[in-house]
Amino acid sequence: MQDRVMEKAAALLESGVCTRVLGWKTGEFFYDVTPAVFTSAEEVRTQMVYNPFCGPNLSKYLIAESRKEGKIAVFLKPCDTFSFVQLQKEHRIARDKVYAVGVQCDGMIDMDSLKALGLRGVTAAREVGDNLIVSTLYGEKTVPRREALSLRCRVCKSKRLNDCDEIIGEQGGDLPSDRFAQVEALEAMTPEERFAFWRSELSKCIRCNACRNVCPACSCEKCVFDNPGSGVRNKAAADSFEENLFHIIRAFHVAGRCTDCGECSRVCPQGIPLHLLNRKLIKDMNQLYGPYQAGADFDSKPPMLAFTPEDPEASIITNGRDGQ
Amino acid sequence: MPVNETFKPTIVAFCCNWCSYAGADLSGTNRLQYPANVKIIRIPCSCRLNPMFILRAFQRGADGVILCGCHPGDCHYTTGNYYARRRMTLLFSLLDYMGIERGRTRVEWVSAAEGAKFAATMNDFTETIIKLGPNRRLEDLRCKTE
Repeated sequence: MQDRVMEKAAALLESGVCTRVLGWKTGEFFYDVTPAVFTSAEEVRTQMVYNPFCGPNLSKYLIAESRKEGKIAVFLKPCDTFSFVQLQKEHRIARDKVYAVGVQCDGMIDMDSLKALGLRGVTAAREVGDNLIVSTLYGEKTVPRREALSLRCRVCKSKRLNDCDEIIGEQGGDLPSDRFAQVEALEAMTPEERFAFWRSELSKCIRCNACRNVCPACSCEKCVFDNPGSGVRNKAAADSFEENLFHIIRAFHVAGRCTDCGECSRVCPQGIPLHLLNRKLIKDMNQLYGPYQAGADFDSKPPMLAFTPEDPEASIITNGRDGQ
Repeated sequence: MPVNETFKPTIVAFCCNWCSYAGADLSGTNRLQYPANVKIIRIPCSCRLNPMFILRAFQRGADGVILCGCHPGDCHYTTGNYYARRRMTLLFSLLDYMGIERGRTRVEWVSAAEGAKFAATMNDFTETIIKLGPNRRLEDLRCKTE
Protein backbone atom coordinates (compact mmCIF):
# COMPACT_ATOMS: atom_id res chain seq x y z
CA MET A 1 0.00 0.00 0.00
CA GLN A 2 2.86 2.34 0.90
CA ASP A 3 4.36 1.90 -2.60
CA ARG A 4 1.06 2.37 -4.41
CA VAL A 5 0.33 5.59 -2.50
CA MET A 6 3.82 6.92 -3.07
CA GLU A 7 3.81 6.05 -6.78
CA LYS A 8 0.40 7.64 -7.22
CA ALA A 9 1.60 10.84 -5.52
CA ALA A 10 4.73 10.98 -7.66
CA ALA A 11 2.75 10.31 -10.83
CA LEU A 12 0.24 13.05 -10.03
CA LEU A 13 3.04 15.55 -9.55
CA GLU A 14 4.96 14.46 -12.64
CA SER A 15 1.92 14.50 -14.90
CA GLY A 16 1.00 17.99 -13.73
CA VAL A 17 -2.46 17.07 -12.41
CA CYS A 18 -1.50 18.91 -9.26
CA THR A 19 1.34 21.11 -8.07
CA ARG A 20 1.37 19.91 -4.49
CA VAL A 21 0.56 16.74 -2.63
CA LEU A 22 -0.79 16.61 0.90
CA GLY A 23 0.24 13.41 2.61
CA TRP A 24 2.10 12.02 5.58
CA LYS A 25 5.75 11.86 6.54
CA THR A 26 7.56 10.41 9.50
CA GLY A 27 8.12 12.83 12.33
CA GLU A 28 10.66 12.63 15.08
CA PHE A 29 9.89 8.98 15.78
CA PHE A 30 8.72 6.29 13.40
CA TYR A 31 5.29 6.15 15.03
CA ASP A 32 4.99 9.91 15.09
CA VAL A 33 3.59 10.46 11.59
CA THR A 34 2.84 14.03 10.68
CA PRO A 35 0.99 15.76 7.81
CA ALA A 36 3.19 17.24 5.11
CA VAL A 37 2.94 19.01 1.76
CA PHE A 38 5.25 17.73 -0.99
CA THR A 39 6.04 19.75 -4.09
CA SER A 40 8.21 17.35 -6.11
CA ALA A 41 8.22 13.67 -7.00
CA GLU A 42 11.71 13.54 -5.53
CA GLU A 43 10.41 14.67 -2.13
CA VAL A 44 7.56 12.20 -2.32
CA ARG A 45 9.90 9.27 -3.02
CA THR A 46 12.24 10.12 -0.16
CA GLN A 47 9.84 11.30 2.54
CA MET A 48 6.24 10.27 2.00
CA VAL A 49 4.84 7.36 4.00
CA TYR A 50 1.57 5.48 4.27
CA ASN A 51 1.79 3.04 7.12
CA PRO A 52 -0.46 1.92 10.01
CA PHE A 53 0.58 4.96 12.02
CA CYS A 54 -0.88 7.49 9.57
CA GLY A 55 -3.59 8.60 11.98
CA PRO A 56 -3.74 12.33 11.19
CA ASN A 57 -6.86 13.48 9.37
CA LEU A 58 -5.72 15.64 6.47
CA SER A 59 -9.05 17.25 5.55
CA LYS A 60 -8.69 20.30 7.73
CA TYR A 61 -5.46 21.37 6.02
CA LEU A 62 -7.39 21.67 2.77
CA ILE A 63 -9.18 24.77 4.06
CA ALA A 64 -5.96 26.75 3.81
CA GLU A 65 -4.34 24.71 1.05
CA SER A 66 -7.26 24.90 -1.38
CA ARG A 67 -7.07 28.69 -1.27
CA LYS A 68 -3.54 28.74 -2.57
CA GLU A 69 -2.42 28.86 -6.20
CA GLY A 70 -2.65 25.59 -8.14
CA LYS A 71 -4.30 22.28 -7.50
CA ILE A 72 -3.46 20.07 -4.54
CA ALA A 73 -3.78 16.32 -4.37
CA VAL A 74 -4.73 14.84 -1.03
CA PHE A 75 -4.78 11.32 0.37
CA LEU A 76 -7.77 10.56 2.54
CA LYS A 77 -8.68 7.59 4.68
CA PRO A 78 -12.39 6.69 4.93
CA CYS A 79 -12.98 8.64 8.14
CA ASP A 80 -11.11 11.64 6.68
CA THR A 81 -13.47 11.69 3.72
CA PHE A 82 -16.40 12.26 6.09
CA SER A 83 -14.71 15.43 7.32
CA PHE A 84 -13.88 16.29 3.71
CA VAL A 85 -17.55 16.15 2.71
CA GLN A 86 -18.68 17.95 5.85
CA LEU A 87 -16.25 20.81 5.20
CA GLN A 88 -17.48 21.08 1.61
CA LYS A 89 -21.03 21.23 2.92
CA GLU A 90 -19.95 24.21 4.98
CA HIS A 91 -18.30 25.77 1.91
CA ARG A 92 -14.89 25.71 3.52
CA ILE A 93 -13.01 23.86 0.78
CA ALA A 94 -12.71 24.89 -2.88
CA ARG A 95 -13.43 21.46 -4.37
CA ASP A 96 -12.16 22.31 -7.86
CA LYS A 97 -8.69 22.96 -6.48
CA VAL A 98 -8.50 19.55 -4.80
CA TYR A 99 -7.73 16.16 -6.31
CA ALA A 100 -8.90 13.67 -3.71
CA VAL A 101 -7.42 10.18 -3.62
CA GLY A 102 -9.18 7.79 -1.27
CA VAL A 103 -7.00 5.19 0.39
CA GLN A 104 -8.28 1.93 1.77
CA CYS A 105 -7.72 1.78 5.52
CA ASP A 106 -7.55 -1.31 7.69
CA GLY A 107 -7.52 0.65 10.89
CA MET A 108 -4.67 2.59 12.39
CA ILE A 109 -2.31 1.43 15.09
CA ASP A 110 -1.17 3.64 17.88
CA MET A 111 1.54 3.57 20.47
CA ASP A 112 -0.91 3.57 23.39
CA SER A 113 -2.36 0.25 22.23
CA LEU A 114 1.12 -1.23 21.80
CA LYS A 115 2.02 -0.08 25.30
CA ALA A 116 -1.21 -1.57 26.61
CA LEU A 117 -0.05 -4.91 25.17
CA GLY A 118 3.01 -4.65 27.39
CA LEU A 119 5.46 -3.72 24.65
CA ARG A 120 8.26 -1.39 25.70
CA GLY A 121 11.13 0.17 23.80
CA VAL A 122 9.41 -0.21 20.44
CA THR A 123 11.71 0.68 17.55
CA ALA A 124 9.74 -0.45 14.51
CA ALA A 125 6.57 -2.25 13.47
CA ARG A 126 5.64 -3.93 10.21
CA GLU A 127 2.53 -5.69 9.00
CA VAL A 128 2.59 -9.29 7.90
CA GLY A 129 -0.86 -10.56 7.01
CA ASP A 130 -3.13 -10.17 10.02
CA ASN A 131 -0.22 -9.83 12.37
CA LEU A 132 2.06 -7.04 13.37
CA ILE A 133 5.72 -7.75 13.93
CA VAL A 134 7.00 -5.31 16.47
CA SER A 135 10.72 -4.81 16.96
CA THR A 136 11.67 -3.71 20.43
CA LEU A 137 14.93 -3.19 22.25
CA TYR A 138 14.27 -6.59 23.81
CA GLY A 139 13.70 -8.50 20.59
CA GLU A 140 10.89 -9.07 18.11
CA LYS A 141 7.31 -9.84 19.04
CA THR A 142 4.32 -10.79 16.95
CA VAL A 143 0.91 -9.46 17.97
CA PRO A 144 -2.45 -9.79 16.21
CA ARG A 145 -3.08 -6.58 14.29
CA ARG A 146 -6.57 -6.04 15.68
CA GLU A 147 -5.23 -5.97 19.23
CA ALA A 148 -2.88 -3.14 18.34
CA LEU A 149 -5.59 -0.98 16.75
CA SER A 150 -6.16 2.44 18.22
CA LEU A 151 -9.33 2.67 20.30
CA ARG A 152 -11.19 4.74 17.74
CA CYS A 153 -10.46 2.25 14.95
CA ARG A 154 -11.81 -0.66 16.97
CA VAL A 155 -15.26 0.92 16.73
CA CYS A 156 -14.88 2.11 13.14
CA LYS A 157 -18.23 3.33 11.81
CA SER A 158 -17.49 3.14 8.09
CA LYS A 159 -14.87 2.16 5.55
CA ARG A 160 -16.67 4.08 2.84
CA LEU A 161 -14.62 6.57 0.82
CA ASN A 162 -16.83 9.58 0.07
CA ASP A 163 -16.46 11.96 -2.85
CA CYS A 164 -13.03 10.84 -4.05
CA ASP A 165 -11.69 11.37 -7.56
CA GLU A 166 -9.81 8.13 -7.38
CA ILE A 167 -9.52 5.20 -5.01
CA ILE A 168 -6.48 3.13 -4.10
CA GLY A 169 -7.44 -0.25 -2.72
CA GLU A 170 -11.04 -1.21 -2.18
CA GLN A 171 -14.14 0.83 -1.56
CA GLY A 172 -15.70 -0.18 1.77
CA GLY A 173 -19.11 0.17 3.36
CA ASP A 174 -20.66 1.20 6.65
CA LEU A 175 -19.92 -1.12 9.54
CA PRO A 176 -22.05 -2.06 12.53
CA SER A 177 -20.22 -0.36 15.36
CA ASP A 178 -20.81 -0.27 19.09
CA ARG A 179 -19.12 3.10 19.41
CA PHE A 180 -21.73 4.31 21.90
CA ALA A 181 -21.03 1.55 24.41
CA GLN A 182 -18.72 3.73 26.50
CA VAL A 183 -21.22 6.58 26.46
CA GLU A 184 -23.92 4.21 27.66
CA ALA A 185 -21.67 2.96 30.43
CA LEU A 186 -21.22 6.54 31.61
CA GLU A 187 -24.94 7.24 31.37
CA ALA A 188 -25.61 4.27 33.60
CA MET A 189 -23.54 5.79 36.41
CA THR A 190 -24.98 8.05 39.07
CA PRO A 191 -24.53 11.82 38.58
CA GLU A 192 -21.95 11.81 41.39
CA GLU A 193 -19.90 9.14 39.66
CA ARG A 194 -20.16 10.92 36.33
CA PHE A 195 -19.09 14.17 37.92
CA ALA A 196 -16.12 12.45 39.57
CA PHE A 197 -15.19 10.79 36.28
CA TRP A 198 -15.17 14.02 34.31
CA ARG A 199 -13.44 15.92 37.08
CA SER A 200 -10.63 13.40 37.15
CA GLU A 201 -10.33 13.50 33.36
CA LEU A 202 -10.77 17.21 32.72
CA SER A 203 -8.54 18.28 35.58
CA LYS A 204 -5.67 16.88 33.52
CA CYS A 205 -6.34 19.46 30.81
CA ILE A 206 -3.45 21.84 30.24
CA ARG A 207 -5.38 23.97 27.75
CA CYS A 208 -2.88 23.40 24.98
CA ASN A 209 -5.83 23.81 22.57
CA ALA A 210 -4.62 20.86 20.48
CA CYS A 211 -8.15 19.37 20.42
CA ARG A 212 -9.49 22.60 19.00
CA ASN A 213 -6.69 23.09 16.50
CA VAL A 214 -6.83 19.57 15.07
CA CYS A 215 -10.61 19.26 14.85
CA PRO A 216 -11.85 19.45 11.25
CA ALA A 217 -15.19 20.77 12.46
CA CYS A 218 -13.57 23.48 14.62
CA SER A 219 -12.52 25.66 11.73
CA CYS A 220 -13.79 29.15 12.58
CA GLU A 221 -11.27 31.80 11.62
CA LYS A 222 -12.04 33.68 14.79
CA CYS A 223 -12.53 31.32 17.69
CA VAL A 224 -14.58 32.31 20.72
CA PHE A 225 -11.69 31.15 22.88
CA ASP A 226 -9.30 33.62 21.24
CA ASN A 227 -11.53 36.51 22.18
CA PRO A 228 -9.84 38.54 24.94
CA GLY A 229 -13.30 39.36 26.29
CA SER A 230 -14.23 35.70 26.73
CA GLY A 231 -12.18 35.32 29.90
CA VAL A 232 -10.98 31.88 28.82
CA ARG A 233 -8.35 32.76 26.24
CA ASN A 234 -5.59 31.99 28.76
CA LYS A 235 -3.30 29.16 27.86
CA ALA A 236 -3.85 27.39 31.14
CA ALA A 237 -7.26 26.86 32.68
CA ALA A 238 -7.31 28.70 35.97
CA ASP A 239 -9.79 26.46 37.78
CA SER A 240 -12.27 23.66 37.36
CA PHE A 241 -14.93 25.96 35.99
CA GLU A 242 -12.78 26.96 33.02
CA GLU A 243 -11.95 23.36 32.25
CA ASN A 244 -15.64 22.50 32.20
CA LEU A 245 -16.57 25.57 30.22
CA PHE A 246 -13.91 25.02 27.59
CA HIS A 247 -14.84 21.40 27.00
CA ILE A 248 -18.60 21.90 27.10
CA ILE A 249 -18.44 24.74 24.62
CA ARG A 250 -15.88 23.00 22.42
CA ALA A 251 -18.10 19.93 22.13
CA PHE A 252 -21.27 21.98 21.73
CA HIS A 253 -19.87 24.15 18.93
CA VAL A 254 -19.29 21.09 16.76
CA ALA A 255 -22.62 19.44 17.58
CA GLY A 256 -24.18 18.16 14.38
CA ARG A 257 -20.97 18.77 12.44
CA CYS A 258 -18.67 16.38 14.27
CA THR A 259 -18.07 13.32 12.11
CA ASP A 260 -16.65 11.38 15.06
CA CYS A 261 -13.19 11.03 13.51
CA GLY A 262 -11.63 10.87 16.97
CA GLU A 263 -8.80 13.30 16.28
CA CYS A 264 -9.46 15.25 19.50
CA SER A 265 -8.65 12.26 21.67
CA ARG A 266 -5.73 11.20 19.49
CA VAL A 267 -3.88 14.49 19.87
CA CYS A 268 -4.68 15.10 23.53
CA PRO A 269 -1.27 15.02 25.25
CA GLN A 270 -3.03 14.22 28.52
CA GLY A 271 -5.07 11.33 27.18
CA ILE A 272 -8.48 12.81 27.99
CA PRO A 273 -11.26 10.83 26.21
CA LEU A 274 -12.67 13.98 24.60
CA HIS A 275 -14.52 12.04 21.92
CA LEU A 276 -16.90 10.80 24.63
CA LEU A 277 -18.35 14.31 24.89
CA ASN A 278 -18.87 14.57 21.14
CA ARG A 279 -20.24 11.04 20.94
CA LYS A 280 -22.79 11.82 23.64
CA LEU A 281 -24.10 14.70 21.53
CA ILE A 282 -24.19 12.49 18.43
CA LYS A 283 -26.04 9.78 20.34
CA ASP A 284 -28.58 12.28 21.67
CA MET A 285 -29.18 13.82 18.27
CA ASN A 286 -29.65 10.39 16.72
CA GLN A 287 -32.13 9.41 19.41
CA LEU A 288 -34.06 12.66 19.60
CA TYR A 289 -33.97 13.97 16.03
CA GLY A 290 -33.41 10.89 13.90
CA PRO A 291 -30.25 9.20 12.66
CA TYR A 292 -27.72 11.54 11.18
CA GLN A 293 -24.11 11.08 10.21
CA ALA A 294 -22.20 14.28 9.54
CA GLY A 295 -20.26 14.16 6.30
CA ALA A 296 -22.02 11.08 4.92
CA ASP A 297 -23.70 12.98 2.09
CA PHE A 298 -24.23 16.44 0.65
CA ASP A 299 -28.00 16.73 1.01
CA SER A 300 -29.10 15.86 4.52
CA LYS A 301 -29.82 18.71 6.88
CA PRO A 302 -27.73 18.92 10.08
CA PRO A 303 -29.98 18.45 13.14
CA MET A 304 -28.89 21.70 14.76
CA LEU A 305 -29.93 23.68 11.69
CA ALA A 306 -33.35 22.12 11.56
CA PHE A 307 -36.38 21.53 13.75
CA THR A 308 -39.79 19.96 13.74
CA PRO A 309 -42.78 21.24 15.71
CA GLU A 310 -42.95 17.82 17.39
CA ASP A 311 -39.44 17.93 18.89
CA PRO A 312 -39.31 16.74 22.49
CA GLU A 313 -39.19 19.40 25.18
CA ALA A 314 -36.05 20.01 27.23
CA SER A 315 -37.99 18.73 30.22
CA ILE A 316 -37.32 15.15 29.10
CA ILE A 317 -33.76 15.80 30.27
CA THR A 318 -34.45 17.92 33.34
CA ASN A 319 -37.21 15.65 34.59
CA GLY A 320 -35.14 12.58 33.86
CA ARG A 321 -35.50 10.62 30.65
CA ASP A 322 -35.81 7.38 32.49
CA GLY A 323 -37.78 8.69 35.43
CA GLN A 324 -34.75 8.91 37.72
CA MET B 1 -26.14 18.02 51.55
CA PRO B 2 -28.58 19.06 54.32
CA VAL B 3 -31.18 21.60 53.30
CA ASN B 4 -29.98 24.94 54.54
CA GLU B 5 -32.95 26.96 55.76
CA THR B 6 -31.13 30.25 55.34
CA PHE B 7 -29.88 29.45 51.82
CA LYS B 8 -30.97 32.20 49.45
CA PRO B 9 -30.33 30.97 45.93
CA THR B 10 -29.52 33.27 43.05
CA ILE B 11 -31.63 32.43 40.05
CA VAL B 12 -31.18 33.86 36.60
CA ALA B 13 -34.20 33.88 34.33
CA PHE B 14 -33.59 34.61 30.67
CA CYS B 15 -36.86 35.91 29.30
CA CYS B 16 -37.72 36.55 25.70
CA ASN B 17 -38.76 40.11 25.01
CA TRP B 18 -42.06 39.31 23.35
CA CYS B 19 -43.74 36.75 25.58
CA SER B 20 -42.11 35.87 28.86
CA TYR B 21 -40.83 39.31 29.69
CA ALA B 22 -44.31 40.65 29.21
CA GLY B 23 -45.59 37.67 31.22
CA ALA B 24 -43.31 38.70 34.07
CA ASP B 25 -44.66 42.22 33.78
CA LEU B 26 -48.20 40.93 33.97
CA SER B 27 -47.49 38.87 37.06
CA GLY B 28 -46.12 42.10 38.60
CA THR B 29 -49.15 44.19 37.71
CA ASN B 30 -51.38 41.39 38.98
CA ARG B 31 -49.43 41.52 42.27
CA LEU B 32 -48.55 37.85 42.14
CA GLN B 33 -45.71 36.92 44.44
CA TYR B 34 -42.56 35.28 43.25
CA PRO B 35 -39.18 35.16 45.01
CA ALA B 36 -36.98 38.22 44.84
CA ASN B 37 -33.91 36.08 44.13
CA VAL B 38 -35.01 35.63 40.54
CA LYS B 39 -32.99 37.99 38.38
CA ILE B 40 -34.59 38.55 35.01
CA ILE B 41 -32.45 39.17 31.96
CA ARG B 42 -34.28 40.23 28.84
CA ILE B 43 -33.21 38.71 25.55
CA PRO B 44 -34.69 39.47 22.12
CA CYS B 45 -35.71 35.85 21.51
CA SER B 46 -35.19 32.58 23.36
CA CYS B 47 -32.82 31.47 20.60
CA ARG B 48 -30.53 34.38 21.46
CA LEU B 49 -29.47 32.36 24.47
CA ASN B 50 -25.91 31.28 23.80
CA PRO B 51 -24.99 28.19 25.87
CA MET B 52 -22.07 30.26 27.08
CA PHE B 53 -24.54 32.64 28.82
CA ILE B 54 -25.80 29.79 30.97
CA LEU B 55 -22.31 28.71 31.96
CA ARG B 56 -21.36 32.34 32.59
CA ALA B 57 -24.35 32.75 34.87
CA PHE B 58 -23.23 29.73 36.88
CA GLN B 59 -19.71 31.11 36.95
CA ARG B 60 -20.81 34.45 38.34
CA GLY B 61 -22.75 32.85 41.16
CA ALA B 62 -26.11 31.64 39.85
CA ASP B 63 -27.52 28.52 41.51
CA GLY B 64 -30.11 27.93 38.82
CA VAL B 65 -30.78 29.16 35.29
CA ILE B 66 -34.15 29.12 33.58
CA LEU B 67 -35.03 30.08 30.03
CA CYS B 68 -38.51 31.38 29.30
CA GLY B 69 -39.77 31.98 25.78
CA CYS B 70 -42.87 32.05 23.64
CA HIS B 71 -44.79 28.80 23.27
CA PRO B 72 -43.66 26.71 20.29
CA GLY B 73 -45.45 28.08 17.25
CA ASP B 74 -45.89 31.52 18.80
CA CYS B 75 -42.36 32.86 18.33
CA HIS B 76 -42.27 36.53 17.33
CA TYR B 77 -39.60 35.56 14.78
CA THR B 78 -41.62 32.48 13.72
CA THR B 79 -39.06 29.75 14.45
CA GLY B 80 -36.57 30.98 17.05
CA ASN B 81 -37.86 28.94 19.96
CA TYR B 82 -37.80 25.70 17.94
CA TYR B 83 -34.04 26.10 17.49
CA ALA B 84 -33.66 27.11 21.14
CA ARG B 85 -35.52 23.98 22.18
CA ARG B 86 -33.11 21.69 20.33
CA ARG B 87 -30.08 23.54 21.63
CA MET B 88 -31.18 23.57 25.24
CA THR B 89 -32.21 19.92 25.17
CA LEU B 90 -28.75 18.95 23.95
CA LEU B 91 -26.94 21.28 26.33
CA PHE B 92 -28.90 20.07 29.36
CA SER B 93 -28.25 16.51 28.35
CA LEU B 94 -24.52 17.21 28.10
CA LEU B 95 -24.52 18.93 31.50
CA ASP B 96 -26.33 15.96 32.98
CA TYR B 97 -23.77 13.65 31.33
CA MET B 98 -21.02 15.60 33.04
CA GLY B 99 -22.67 15.13 36.40
CA ILE B 100 -24.25 18.57 36.88
CA GLU B 101 -27.55 18.27 38.75
CA ARG B 102 -30.49 18.01 36.34
CA GLY B 103 -32.74 20.43 38.17
CA ARG B 104 -30.41 23.42 37.91
CA THR B 105 -31.50 24.28 34.41
CA ARG B 106 -34.96 24.47 32.95
CA VAL B 107 -36.88 25.68 29.93
CA GLU B 108 -40.43 26.91 30.36
CA TRP B 109 -42.72 28.45 27.75
CA VAL B 110 -44.61 31.45 29.16
CA SER B 111 -46.80 33.66 27.00
CA ALA B 112 -47.51 37.35 27.60
CA ALA B 113 -50.92 36.43 29.03
CA GLU B 114 -49.58 33.89 31.51
CA GLY B 115 -48.58 36.09 34.44
CA ALA B 116 -49.84 33.46 36.84
CA LYS B 117 -47.83 30.73 35.14
CA PHE B 118 -44.71 32.89 35.34
CA ALA B 119 -45.06 33.39 39.09
CA ALA B 120 -45.90 29.71 39.66
CA THR B 121 -42.93 28.60 37.57
CA MET B 122 -40.53 30.85 39.46
CA ASN B 123 -41.86 29.69 42.82
CA ASP B 124 -41.51 26.07 41.81
CA PHE B 125 -38.05 26.53 40.30
CA THR B 126 -36.77 28.40 43.37
CA GLU B 127 -38.02 25.59 45.58
CA THR B 128 -36.20 23.03 43.44
CA ILE B 129 -32.97 25.02 43.67
CA ILE B 130 -33.28 25.44 47.44
CA LYS B 131 -33.61 21.67 47.68
CA LEU B 132 -30.55 21.17 45.48
CA GLY B 133 -28.50 23.61 47.54
CA PRO B 134 -25.78 25.97 46.34
CA ASN B 135 -24.19 25.39 42.95
CA ARG B 136 -20.89 23.64 43.64
CA ARG B 137 -20.20 21.68 40.49
CA LEU B 138 -20.13 24.60 38.10
CA GLU B 139 -18.79 27.32 40.36
CA ASP B 140 -15.81 29.52 39.71
CA LEU B 141 -13.88 30.06 42.94
CA ARG B 142 -12.48 33.34 41.64
CA CYS B 143 -15.97 34.79 41.36
CA LYS B 144 -16.92 34.08 44.98
CA THR B 145 -17.63 37.27 46.87
CA GLU B 146 -17.85 35.93 50.39
